[in-house]
Amino acid sequence: MSFDPYSVRGDFPILRRTNRGKPLVYLDTAASAQKPQVVIDAISDTYASHYANIHRGVYELSEEATRIHDQARAAVGQFLGAAESREIVFTRNATESINLVAATFGRSQVGAGDEILITNLEHHANIVPWQMLCREKDAQLRVAPINDAGELDLEVFETLLTERTRLVAVSHVSNALGSINPVREIIALAHERGVPVLLDGAQAVPRFVVDVQELGADFYVFSGHKLYGPTGMGVLYGRYELLEAMPPFMTGGDMIETVSFEKTTFQPPPLRFEAGTPDIAGAAGLHAAIDYVQGLGLDAIERHEEELTLYGTKRLEEIPGLRLIGTAASKTGVLSFVVDGVHPHDLGTILDTEGVAIRAGHHCAQPLMERFDVPATARASLGLYNVREDLDRLAEAVREAIRIFS
Amino acid sequence: MSELRELYQTTILDHNKKPRNFHVPAAANREADGYNPLCGDKVRVMVAVGDDDVVTDVGFQGSGCAISTASASMMTEAIKGKPVSSAMALFDSFHDLVTGPPLDEPDTDGVGKLAVFSGVREFPMRVKCATLAWHTLKSALEQSGETARTE
Repeated sequence: MSFDPYSVRGDFPILRRTNRGKPLVYLDTAASAQKPQVVIDAISDTYASHYANIHRGVYELSEEATRIHDQARAAVGQFLGAAESREIVFTRNATESINLVAATFGRSQVGAGDEILITNLEHHANIVPWQMLCREKDAQLRVAPINDAGELDLEVFETLLTERTRLVAVSHVSNALGSINPVREIIALAHERGVPVLLDGAQAVPRFVVDVQELGADFYVFSGHKLYGPTGMGVLYGRYELLEAMPPFMTGGDMIETVSFEKTTFQPPPLRFEAGTPDIAGAAGLHAAIDYVQGLGLDAIERHEEELTLYGTKRLEEIPGLRLIGTAASKTGVLSFVVDGVHPHDLGTILDTEGVAIRAGHHCAQPLMERFDVPATARASLGLYNVREDLDRLAEAVREAIRIFS
Repeated sequence: MSELRELYQTTILDHNKKPRNFHVPAAANREADGYNPLCGDKVRVMVAVGDDDVVTDVGFQGSGCAISTASASMMTEAIKGKPVSSAMALFDSFHDLVTGPPLDEPDTDGVGKLAVFSGVREFPMRVKCATLAWHTLKSALEQSGETARTE
């Protein structure tokens, strides 16, 4: 069955509403994706029919809830190509996943004079946890540069890998520009030197097939809400031997083996990293989201978004005074741009009144904005439900903004 | 479209294009920086206050959207020559103007030309753009030495 974006739009109830009185054109999926009915149903069905706390009750309901949670973990493991589902840790979001690695792996493996290598196009979530760790440990944060197209300079990257490098943390896909980083090459270079690699896959997993074993990633993180799933569900994949050697993150119930006032022993991964009652219905929602995108086919979604990206790029490039920021040869459906004489926030407001929802700002990537010498950009980002007409309305609304400001 | 025209009135567009008092006043004796962490807009407001507590000159520098630039520009025009106490009172009136409930008729008494900003109340996300320069002015006049933040 071929992928038909016009029919999948029917799966997303929110696309039937208006935005300031105009039919909604949602172009902010890189910030958060809208939810298909199957995800909404999975969450409410869990609460309506299968809800109790997990890992505790000896009764049927608790067994059902536990099974739902376990099955979600297994689904995420298969989705990422993990060797086993115990390599999947549930968190609140990708940000928490990165903080978890910084606080456990980082604190135990990074010492004074050591280095952590990131890139110039990271989201603040993949900068600040490492910066804090480096400050705490008197370690150095190294930053690999990018070129004017928004592509990583691999040659310089390689020179920044030293015998003091303890971890490489890189986004798989840039949230602000859409650039797809050469993660295979990055991992090969790092592994040659025995350095583990964390990939921030928040913008990658909704757009193409990711196989952590094939990539050789040591850690891989993403957020459920960007994958058409619920907010509050994040994922950390870690190779089991790495997870096993890591101390706990947060502590409390569910993550312990035995507790006395003198001593506590901890569960093996993944439970060691999941203190307290988790988001059980959220796990069901994430499972449904994975089933949904896999049912449509990530290859089909990828082709659809590639085609739309080319179309949208062409429509925007036709507009005089508009400059695209981020023109990597290999990129996903993110169209970041600035317009002469119109500040991104004014653009955002004018587009909003035309029903077009985009992001305007620094995209939680201030060092990247500085690299391109812009205070902010307007960013239109695509999801599987977008169609060419959405990009036509984007282009028309940008032209309207230019008319107002001329 | 009407809400939008209300927001981007000709006066606002004009002040955005040609900001008034976009300079450093020679006699400035008070200044403050303002920063909106949400969008990265930055502004510096510099004020010359005479012995009689009158704002004799005021200027601003920085970069921001049309709403924040026009607001800073029109603010400088509105307070120049006024006693510090009047400038502070105008801050309150302006704040009420842009943060009032969207459906209420805005109270434009006493704000003069600044009434063109009444459309901002329809766009809650843009209130901080309109008030950044004013918060910064307040910091400068109070000589608090703190960077004004809209958060």
